[in-house]
Amino acid sequence: MATNARELTNTEFLYGHRACAGCGGSLALRLAMKVLGPRTFVAIPANCMSAVSFLYPQISFTTNAMISPFPATGAVLSGIEAGARALGFKDYSVVGFAGDGGTADIGIQALSGAIDRGDRVIYVCYDNEAYMNTGIQKSGLTPFGSRTTTSPAGRNIPGAAGRKKDMFEIVAAHGIEYAATASIGYLEDFLKKIGKAARCRTTSYIHVLSPCATGWGFPVEQTVEMGKEAVDCGLWVLAEYEDEEFVLNRKPKEFSCVGDYLKKQARFKHLKEKEVEFITANRDKKWEKILKNWKA
Amino acid sequence: MPGCRIFVSGDEAVAEAVRLARPHVISAYPITPQTVVVERISDFVEDGSLKSEYLHVESEHSAMSAALGAAAVGARTFTATSSQGLLYMAELLPYVSGARFPIVMMNANRTLATPWALLSDHRDSLSQIDSGWIQVYCEDAQEALDMIIQAYRIAEDPRVMAPIMVNLDGFLLTHTYEMVELPGQEEVDAFLPPYRTGNKMDLDDPKTVCYAAMDEYMEFHMKQELDMRKAPAVIAEVDRAFGDRFGRSYGGMVEPYRCEDAEVVLLTLGTVTGTARVVVDAMREEGHRVGLAKLRFMRPFPRQEILEIAGRVKAMGVIDKDISVGYEGIVFTNVNSSVCDLASPPPRINFIGGLGGRNISKGHVRGMFGQLLKLAGGEGMERIQFINVGCEHNG
Amino acid sequence: MDRPKVVEYSKPLCVEDYPCGAFKAGHLVQDNAGWRVFRPVIDQQKCVRCLRCFLVCPDGAIDKSGDRLEIDYGFCKGCGVCAYECKLGAITMVREGDETDAGL
Repeated sequence: MATNARELTNTEFLYGHRACAGCGGSLALRLAMKVLGPRTFVAIPANCMSAVSFLYPQISFTTNAMISPFPATGAVLSGIEAGARALGFKDYSVVGFAGDGGTADIGIQALSGAIDRGDRVIYVCYDNEAYMNTGIQKSGLTPFGSRTTTSPAGRNIPGAAGRKKDMFEIVAAHGIEYAATASIGYLEDFLKKIGKAARCRTTSYIHVLSPCATGWGFPVEQTVEMGKEAVDCGLWVLAEYEDEEFVLNRKPKEFSCVGDYLKKQARFKHLKEKEVEFITANRDKKWEKILKNWKA
Repeated sequence: MPGCRIFVSGDEAVAEAVRLARPHVISAYPITPQTVVVERISDFVEDGSLKSEYLHVESEHSAMSAALGAAAVGARTFTATSSQGLLYMAELLPYVSGARFPIVMMNANRTLATPWALLSDHRDSLSQIDSGWIQVYCEDAQEALDMIIQAYRIAEDPRVMAPIMVNLDGFLLTHTYEMVELPGQEEVDAFLPPYRTGNKMDLDDPKTVCYAAMDEYMEFHMKQELDMRKAPAVIAEVDRAFGDRFGRSYGGMVEPYRCEDAEVVLLTLGTVTGTARVVVDAMREEGHRVGLAKLRFMRPFPRQEILEIAGRVKAMGVIDKDISVGYEGIVFTNVNSSVCDLASPPPRINFIGGLGGRNISKGHVRGMFGQLLKLAGGEGMERIQFINVGCEHNG
Repeated sequence: MDRPKVVEYSKPLCVEDYPCGAFKAGHLVQDNAGWRVFRPVIDQQKCVRCLRCFLVCPDGAIDKSGDRLEIDYGFCKGCGVCAYECKLGAITMVREGDETDAGL
């Protein structure tokens, strides 16, 4: 399976969609589809990607694809797989692309059920850290301090107060065959992980950080760059869970500055020095745990 | 396996019918009083008598979502639910019907919380009559078994392509044992051909399903309505074909009972029909011209059949085991909207009873006929009457 | 150029002619060209065909099937990710309607 641009097919399976210019989510989907190929069944719940790809009569997926109910991605994927199995289909993939809210909030129950059943489906969470389709509202994966339209940054509260749920570890706790985190800042790594997921015999999960210029507030041409900086400053970790072990894929020699990463984005512009320090300290705590417990 | 007679509960009759209908995928989540259905089906999958994919889902919402996914690749599917579970999957009901997937679901009618109660009324399914599903209500275990098999043939008919909810009164039917004719597999296979459809995702000719249609939403749903209008004819056709092959038929949309020369008629849904039949027979013996009409389907609604009966009688009663709080019984509202097309519709009474499983006895039904005969004789009667309430009220 | 093409679509004349569920996959009736303010232009002299632009394009509008990389201006939205990511500076963002650019 293709792991770089040269090996990737020139054929596009997601084309002519109406996502914003420079959309990170659509890049993640487009490339995942190129790895998975034409014999793929796609289910996408309510999110930007379904809203921009299935507007009858403009249908942007060239493969079989459907919109799933918002909370139900995991269950719909299971149903597709069970149907395909029962009907004797051969040589196909079943993949879901849900956003951060569709995965960590409203869809977490159905996802958990699907992993528990162990159906052979690939679940991709493209994480842009808020409900972008409805206009940038806080989700369970919105990071601390982020300004959204439901977690405004005012005199009393500095944006989102929660900590980002760790979906990767939640999923791993099910004893899943394969789970990985990725970022559109490191695309070859992402391609490799989609390929690994496609070879799994049971459920697999890929969580790909997909910056959103509209929601985060940075220049559109820097979408891929933001995905890279999130990893380089240590706020986003590239890792895998395989054979019941956590494996760290990338350990920056030296972290780039968290403050620099945050200040490039309008959603964090209001943060004061002590909040940036708090975010940095949390990063260090997390990394301490990772370096102690995960394979490098 | 040839046909035989078996002694089973309503739930078990449904499970047997599912085995005979051979769905590819079954999604199962337990809820009282449906649970026996998913238990028995799991036994059939375990012993190899049913070759289906059996999905243990984690909720009713996922039960219908998994059925949706399976239907989306052209699989025949089955699921079952009840009460709170039906409401939890309510989001999926118009989703499935709008996508035109012929999923068959059994619903064990049980009341809705709160207050919590486990016994039967029709508040669960009647709250979903606008969801685009065909709804059929069964009187006994034999009809339940036969209707599961018929349901697939109706739902999968290219003229219809709509999901069907087969309703059984909780406990009254789901847990009552009866002798039932079990058809042979070969006979069922001959009656119910394998499901073939163009409405699916297809590896050889990729398709999209469950897409968005902003500008043309109205046309899609008008088409759904136009196709649903063809369903009554298909229901009657399938009922006749089933009768020809198995020797049992149910009258299509409505089964009238001793209505020919009736002065007053009582409209029923589900198991209370059996009680009412006995009362009709007894009162006929006494010389009263009473009849009953079993409404078998709530959607599509049997408007034509009701008009024909209403046009011949002097008074009409409707039993509702439900209430749309703030108005009246849901069946009553539907009946009223049909009969108002008559130049002089008969006067009508809505008997609301059985809520939370409260008993409706032969005596109660006799009382209803008594009220209707008085109404037919020109006496003024209360339009909405609560049956078998345990104390006085000042309403 | 090997990219999906826009097809003619006219609304059905009759309600009955609408799909009963499933509809064609990959059915484009409108392009996205009107979204663009700036257009990426590849300097083929500088381009070494590293395919970075092909990889990072969110719209898949860069075609690698020929000898030279080609941009499908029907579906390029002009986001500029390709130009930003090009290590050699071989892609320039040119304002739409500006005819002075030699690459066009």
